[in-house]
Amino acid sequence: MSHSYTLKVNGQSHTVQVDDPKMPLLYALRNDLHLRGPHFGCGLGQCGACTVHVDGHPVRSCSVSVAKVAGQSITTLEGLGSPEHLHPIQQAFIDEQAAQCGYCINGMIMQTKALLDKNKHPSEQDIRQALALNLCRCGTHVRIIRAVQRAAAALV
Amino acid sequence: MTHEVLNRRVFLKTAGSLMVTFALLPDRVSVAADTPAASKSVATDAVEGFIQIHPDNSVTIYSGKVDLGTGVRTAITQIAAEELDIPLAQVTIVQGDTLTTPDQGLTWGSLSIQVGGMQIRQACATARAALISRAASKFSAPAQAIKTHEGRCWHEGASTSYAELIEAEGLVLKVDPKAPTKAPADYQVVGKSVARLDIPAKVTGQFEYMHDFRLPGMVHARVVRPTGVHAELLSVDDQAARKVPGFVATVREGNFLAVVARTEWGAIQASAAIKPVWSAWQGLPEQNRLWDYVRNTAISKSEDLQNAGDPATVLQQSAKKLRATYDFAIHTHGSLGPSCAVAEWKDGMVTCWTASQQVHLLRKQMAQMMKVPESQVRCIYIAGSGCYGRNGHEDAAADAVLIAKVVNQPVRVQWMRADEHGWDPKGPPFLLDFRGALDDQGHIAAWESQAYIPKRPAQASVTLLAADLALMPHEVAHPGNVHQGLAIPYQVPNLKTTAHYLSHTPFRASWIRAPGRMQNTFGSESFMDELAHAASADPMEFRLRHLIDPRGRECLERVAQLAHWQPRTGKAADSGDVVRGRGVSYIKYELVRTYVAVVADVEVNRRTGKIRVTHFYIAHDCGQIINPDGLKNQLEGNIIQTVSRTLLEEIKFNRSQVTTLDWVSYPILTFPEVPQVTMDLIDRPTEKPWGAGEPAASVVPSAIANGVYDALGVRLRSVPFTPHKVLEAMRTRT
Repeated sequence: MSHSYTLKVNGQSHTVQVDDPKMPLLYALRNDLHLRGPHFGCGLGQCGACTVHVDGHPVRSCSVSVAKVAGQSITTLEGLGSPEHLHPIQQAFIDEQAAQCGYCINGMIMQTKALLDKNKHPSEQDIRQALALNLCRCGTHVRIIRAVQRAAAALV
Repeated sequence: MTHEVLNRRVFLKTAGSLMVTFALLPDRVSVAADTPAASKSVATDAVEGFIQIHPDNSVTIYSGKVDLGTGVRTAITQIAAEELDIPLAQVTIVQGDTLTTPDQGLTWGSLSIQVGGMQIRQACATARAALISRAASKFSAPAQAIKTHEGRCWHEGASTSYAELIEAEGLVLKVDPKAPTKAPADYQVVGKSVARLDIPAKVTGQFEYMHDFRLPGMVHARVVRPTGVHAELLSVDDQAARKVPGFVATVREGNFLAVVARTEWGAIQASAAIKPVWSAWQGLPEQNRLWDYVRNTAISKSEDLQNAGDPATVLQQSAKKLRATYDFAIHTHGSLGPSCAVAEWKDGMVTCWTASQQVHLLRKQMAQMMKVPESQVRCIYIAGSGCYGRNGHEDAAADAVLIAKVVNQPVRVQWMRADEHGWDPKGPPFLLDFRGALDDQGHIAAWESQAYIPKRPAQASVTLLAADLALMPHEVAHPGNVHQGLAIPYQVPNLKTTAHYLSHTPFRASWIRAPGRMQNTFGSESFMDELAHAASADPMEFRLRHLIDPRGRECLERVAQLAHWQPRTGKAADSGDVVRGRGVSYIKYELVRTYVAVVADVEVNRRTGKIRVTHFYIAHDCGQIINPDGLKNQLEGNIIQTVSRTLLEEIKFNRSQVTTLDWVSYPILTFPEVPQVTMDLIDRPTEKPWGAGEPAASVVPSAIANGVYDALGVRLRSVPFTPHKVLEAMRTRT
């Protein structure tokens, strides 16, 4: 039996048909809406690569069901900005060249957005704590910290 | 030659419907012409293997080396743009397509710039010389009077584009190894921190990763892994799986089991619902006796890597001697994203889109496995999540090819996290014994090391997991080449370094960043430190005492300066729970290339045993630097990733399988624990460029161990340096 849900993603409403209401949001975003920002990293909520915002709060889209977030306002990396109209956080990540393989960067930027929404002047310690549950395997951390500092300065 | 050129030009203009064959040209490929480059040369000695100049004067570079997240795409674009004298924006790169890119070998061993980039540089230099020669004819001027700039050849104010110069004759010529390359003093693009070409797309969700690739009519598969590494599949009950909406098929070949569904979530649900019965295989060693197991494994061959003087006799007679044994745990690659691939069979030909670092070798292995000629297999690289050696990408590709053949539809396979941690090929266990003797003047009189490491085969590769499980044709492969780093760069009169190649290692072995170099250097550079302390010498000065190579000496001297190194001869004087120390380590990579010297600042909590690495200083000489910021990015990555491996990482297993199947059971370094990294890049523009993807990683574990000794006066000889091991070492005061 197919279920129909309305997902409000990056300001647009989409109707998705899913076989299972428990299907995590990530699969709808990637496979039904063809978004490339959120990534599958672990499917366990442990790495952060799939982070999106739901009603302004960072959520691991691999671990929340489509049914649960239907109707709520979902923002993905694409909703923050595009190559032509970069969000200041995205610009800061480019300016600091803060990526290697870049697979984790979606989560880093979305988590940074959540941090800077709450804390305009984070210390380095605040940044490290805010990103403590976002994993990067390439070892891009020091650049990411610099990018967050740069973004914070740009957003003030 | 004219015939060949004509054929090609006609073909390129009419591409889309032709089947083209070049019977006279063995290095050309013939395929259904659904790509614009379907007939191009892939020869490594042909300019057109690497370069195509298009009518709009843009250039495509065909690179057999691929960007695994390292920035190589940008660096190779810089090299090509520089050597061709063409704006960077006019150059695009095609990477790792067996149909169109030359086989430049695996993307491994820190060789992408050193070997791959230099092949491309030489091809571009050859092309530029040919273009100059043609322009000279056109302008009736001597070649010396022709200048190249912005994709054009210039003579006294008049110019002609490269595209115009190749319109008549194409660019069919052999790479000339003697074609003059540009003088480094004239470089405009090489040596500059050009921004990475891929980052804007990566920070905006526009970048196409392997995981984003889709084909029409594609179905999704998940592989169901055995409960033991070599368990046999006894039976399968897929009744519940069949009830999952969108279920397509169960695929069973030998011990290979997969489920296929119309949707990805359907495939995941079906993989959870299927009920296989596996034999109770328990062939792994007991983890707590792993080092006995390694030591008792049959040696298939021993090789002396260095042999000078008579270390055995000197060691026997010497008054001041040391011995130590080191071990280094089994690691997983831990790529952040799982392995993923898409495969499609069409008209007897299989195409596989893969994040493989070795598409040409993968094609060979796939052809063997599927019993088809290599010419019927095409592998196309699409960047995946970073990999640091041969991880599971190739295995996912083989999974996809096998499943797609059975279900006769395009198939996408993505591994789950447990597949990745449990079934990627592992960095094998390393066991190292050292003996050393000092003379009266505090010099090393004798050095002997023995490493117990996996085999060194003639043709290095890693068995495809699907071929193994499905009992399909494959060579039982071994990665090998992990003896590097055991031979030492120091002057020692009586010296013997020996690799014992073991007949067996517990898990399917692979290369992970600085394979062997890291583990062997952990032993060598820790033991160097032990000898320095035994000689009551400062460990920095002790290394210099035994080092002649001026570039190596400069590297050590510059890191000493960078870190404000003060001679360290005493034990820790700190009081309180947290003590601090610093350690040094050095390598000349494989004794023939990149020099690295590092200093690690560490803190150790004497109560908890927890180590914190606070700061790494690094001096790095890889010759000519192509992109300084790209190099820094790689060095930071080398350091941080290896701090993680050194402090935290170890796969755990029972007698059947790996049990650390997620990031909680196999933790990696997180932001609060990441050290600062301070670098001194030693640029030598007139020297050859050497690799930088690995060398810096290889000195990290030893530098930390040496820093811990400096802080605490205890020697850590077993990676990872867990709090438990630190407390144990303090208790036994080794």
